[in-house]
Amino acid sequence: MTDDSKFHHGAVDDKVAPIVQMQDIQKHFGNIIALAGVSFDIRPGECHCLLGDNGAGKSTFIKTMSGVHQPTHGKILFEGKPMSFATPRDSMEAGIATVFQDLAMIPLMSVARNFFMGREPTKGRGLFKRFDVEMANDITMTEMRKMGINLRGPDQAVGTLSGGERQTVAIARAVYFGAKVLILDEPTSALGVRQTSNVLATIDKVRKQGVGVVFISHNVRHALAVGDRFTVLNRGKTLGTAKRGEITPEELQDLMAGGQELAQLEGSLGGTV
Amino acid sequence: MSDTTPNQTTDERIKAEPLISRLMKRPELGAIAGVILVAIFFVITADSAMFTASGIINFLTPAAQLGILAIGAALLMIGGEFDLSIGSMVAFAGLFFGVCVMVWGLPLIVAIPITFAFAGFVGAINGFIVIRSGLPSFIVTLAFLFILRGLSLVGLKWASGGSTQLRGVRDATENDWLAPVFSGDAFPGFFAWLAERGLVETFSNGTPKVTGIPVEILWFVVLALVATYVLLRTPAGNWIFAAGGDTTAASNSGVPVKRIKISLFMVTACCAALVAIITVIDAGSTDARRGFQKEFEAIIAAVIGGCLLTGGYGSAIGAFFGSIIFGMVVIGLTYTNFDQDWFQVFLGGMLLIAVLFNNAIRKRVTGER
Ligand SMILES: Nc1ncnc2c1ncn2[C@@H]1O[C@H](COP(=O)(O)OP(=O)(O)OP(=O)(O)O)[C@@H](O)[C@H]1O
Ligand SMILES: [Mg+2]
Repeated sequence: MTDDSKFHHGAVDDKVAPIVQMQDIQKHFGNIIALAGVSFDIRPGECHCLLGDNGAGKSTFIKTMSGVHQPTHGKILFEGKPMSFATPRDSMEAGIATVFQDLAMIPLMSVARNFFMGREPTKGRGLFKRFDVEMANDITMTEMRKMGINLRGPDQAVGTLSGGERQTVAIARAVYFGAKVLILDEPTSALGVRQTSNVLATIDKVRKQGVGVVFISHNVRHALAVGDRFTVLNRGKTLGTAKRGEITPEELQDLMAGGQELAQLEGSLGGTV
Repeated sequence: MSDTTPNQTTDERIKAEPLISRLMKRPELGAIAGVILVAIFFVITADSAMFTASGIINFLTPAAQLGILAIGAALLMIGGEFDLSIGSMVAFAGLFFGVCVMVWGLPLIVAIPITFAFAGFVGAINGFIVIRSGLPSFIVTLAFLFILRGLSLVGLKWASGGSTQLRGVRDATENDWLAPVFSGDAFPGFFAWLAERGLVETFSNGTPKVTGIPVEILWFVVLALVATYVLLRTPAGNWIFAAGGDTTAASNSGVPVKRIKISLFMVTACCAALVAIITVIDAGSTDARRGFQKEFEAIIAAVIGGCLLTGGYGSAIGAFFGSIIFGMVVIGLTYTNFDQDWFQVFLGGMLLIAVLFNNAIRKRVTGER
């Protein structure tokens, strides 16, 4: 665990009020029970990792937090008040920004237009209120450079970017707009070494600014490198939440695999999973 | 583990992009090239009268009537939907407008706004059904193509007492102060003044051959400019591209996709109403065949203008030039020795070339993956 010491870990104070509290969330799609009662909260200044196997319900869960899905049962409290986000726009306006697993980008549109999609900066007033293209271009280039990607130009179509570059645009966009909560659904799955460490460093940076980060990953090393708390989902239910230091990487890995033995694999893979 | 980055502004992995290749990425390029090619074709083959002032107005007038529809259709296509009912909507809005004026005796200042409101309402129904059912707009609006055409027939028979034509609109609107905004020629004084100076061609009695610019051409130009401004320079424009590019991604990014799409259906229907009002006042009557097959022509003009059938890409300026190509071909053939019926062959050929061209452009833009 060499990554372990790399980032500062704010000891999460249990007394700090959570920004978002999800209580006993259920989500059914027809006869499919994707979530069968999941509780979760996120406090300002912490990174709460959401872990679990494929199909465990992680993406479905964060989508109820970002207004894409409405929970079938259960309550969402935002800053202590009950809140139901009817659309993603509502949750955004509350200060929640999300990097979706599928990134939510339009390939035919330019990077800058994607970056500000739904939240375009404007100048002028009344009838002459217009999209401030120059400002959008400048900010996009700056934010992308911060993430370690040199774009060819702000007008490059997203469809021509590499998979990792696209992921970086989505992350940079969410970091830029995530005023209170930043949700990252497997943000590092396509990233190179330098970009991954940039993303982890960015998580650490925004956490220090008091933003609550929800981080979904299949990579135990990445999760342990930045996580303050770890919640493991399995088949639509929580297997429990552990604080940093309360759980060993091996235990966490076993939980993430749904409690099933990975032992025989571990030998041949040399524990590098 | 620092996040410092080299502060280089130039990238050795970019080749300098020549102007031509940058232009190639503009959606309207094909239509502009088409206008030039078609113009060259007619300069060579047609009577020289085609490119005099009156000849140009001759082909711009039908181009404008189609273009107003095509710009609406283009916006809707960029937003990812189709409206096959716009041709029928022209007849239906024409009927409604005719009834307002003839049966209810309303002045234009009342009749025109309520015709737009009514058309917008029908457009909203179209949009609402598409959004709510999740069905392709193609099939929903195909149903409305027949529903509205049928209602126009039934309504006309009711309003006119059995005929499929409602006459007398000209007499009823002739002295209305609002009529010049929607009918006839604009700037007649200016053209008379030019004629006096001998700056434009005149008949032997001294009246200019072109007495003004038909109002539909002005509406067409203004609409093209406004639509282009909205698309490229407003948040709503960004939302239209996003909604057409990927509905889920746009909605997850906070774009009010449903609102955008329903608004676009309303705008398209209002474009049809505008054409209806202009042509009904101009002709002095309305009939059930008004706008027949215009939906296809408008969609073809939009496609020639660079709109992708899959949505998310295109331009209003492209649709503008696409419509001009249309007008030039329809009217231009009468200035040549060719058989008029070549028009349909020409149309189909243009459409095919445009679709192939757009496909290639899209691959360039997206880097094809
Ligand atoms: N719209 C939907 N309709 C029906 N079933 C769905 C829908 N969305 C998700 N599911 C089901 O819910 C379950 C959880 O899916 P989810 O995408 O949340 O998994 P995940 O934990 O994010 O997995 P992964 O690690 O592969 O991203 C899956 O079994 C999936 O088939
Ligand atoms: Mg997922």
